[in-house]
Amino acid sequence: MTSLSIEESELLSALKRGDSDAYERLVREYGGRLYAAAYRVLGRETDAQDAVQDAFVSAFRALDTFEGQSMLSTWLYRITVNAALQILRKRRNRPERSMDDLLPGFYEDGHRKNPKPTWSPLSDERVQQEETRELIREKISELPEDFSNVITLRDISGLDTEQTAQVLDIEPGAVRTRLHRARQALRTLLEEEYAT
Amino acid sequence: MNDSKDTCREVIEFLASYLDETLEEQARSKFDAHLDVCPYCRDYMTSYEDTIRLARSTGSDAICDELAPLPEQLVQAILKSREP
Repeated sequence: MTSLSIEESELLSALKRGDSDAYERLVREYGGRLYAAAYRVLGRETDAQDAVQDAFVSAFRALDTFEGQSMLSTWLYRITVNAALQILRKRRNRPERSMDDLLPGFYEDGHRKNPKPTWSPLSDERVQQEETRELIREKISELPEDFSNVITLRDISGLDTEQTAQVLDIEPGAVRTRLHRARQALRTLLEEEYAT
Repeated sequence: MNDSKDTCREVIEFLASYLDETLEEQARSKFDAHLDVCPYCRDYMTSYEDTIRLARSTGSDAICDELAPLPEQLVQAILKSREP
């Protein structure tokens, strides 16, 4: 069973024959979308270019084993986003924080430990500041990778739950759980910046 | 959310479902009732929503034209990687 269109099937056959023109067509036709996906994850042009290059190199190597279970574009997209996440991992320059320290604690009766009702709603202007965006990426990079990957794909890249599950090869339920935990942990990390 | 003693814990646990509007009506009513009387959970919800806004705003700044061609230098570097 193949998910490929006729056009993609023909392109895949040409690629598997080693047709150089087909390789060039693949890079030129799909490169822009893949670059945009990598840039969304990484937020830096040079890193996004590295991710796209890494992705195509991986895809070229794996072409023989690709049998069209998904669309060619979907397959390339998954490889690219994973290449971008690999670069994100290498880019980490802060120690990973323990989730136990970042999630809210509760007493046995269900009340939260040390609640501080001090958060003032943020203005759009403050949310959209360039330094705010840098801060958010920095704080997300302090989360354990299982959680930083999910919040990066869901909230920053804008993938839905199913797409995120496919890229990370996990169940949609795990995406939902990790996303909630990741947002809670990020919220804790932001408390020192935004709580009054 | 069956035990009223646990509602702070449960409100925070089910916050994402509440905001996604996927909670069942009865659970949603209990959730609302708890928020009416608990400033800590109201505050937590505000900060949770702001956290989502902040993360989404970070992504919205990194959108580029999907139809734009790759730089020629990058295309050539990628194609060169096929060479033995």
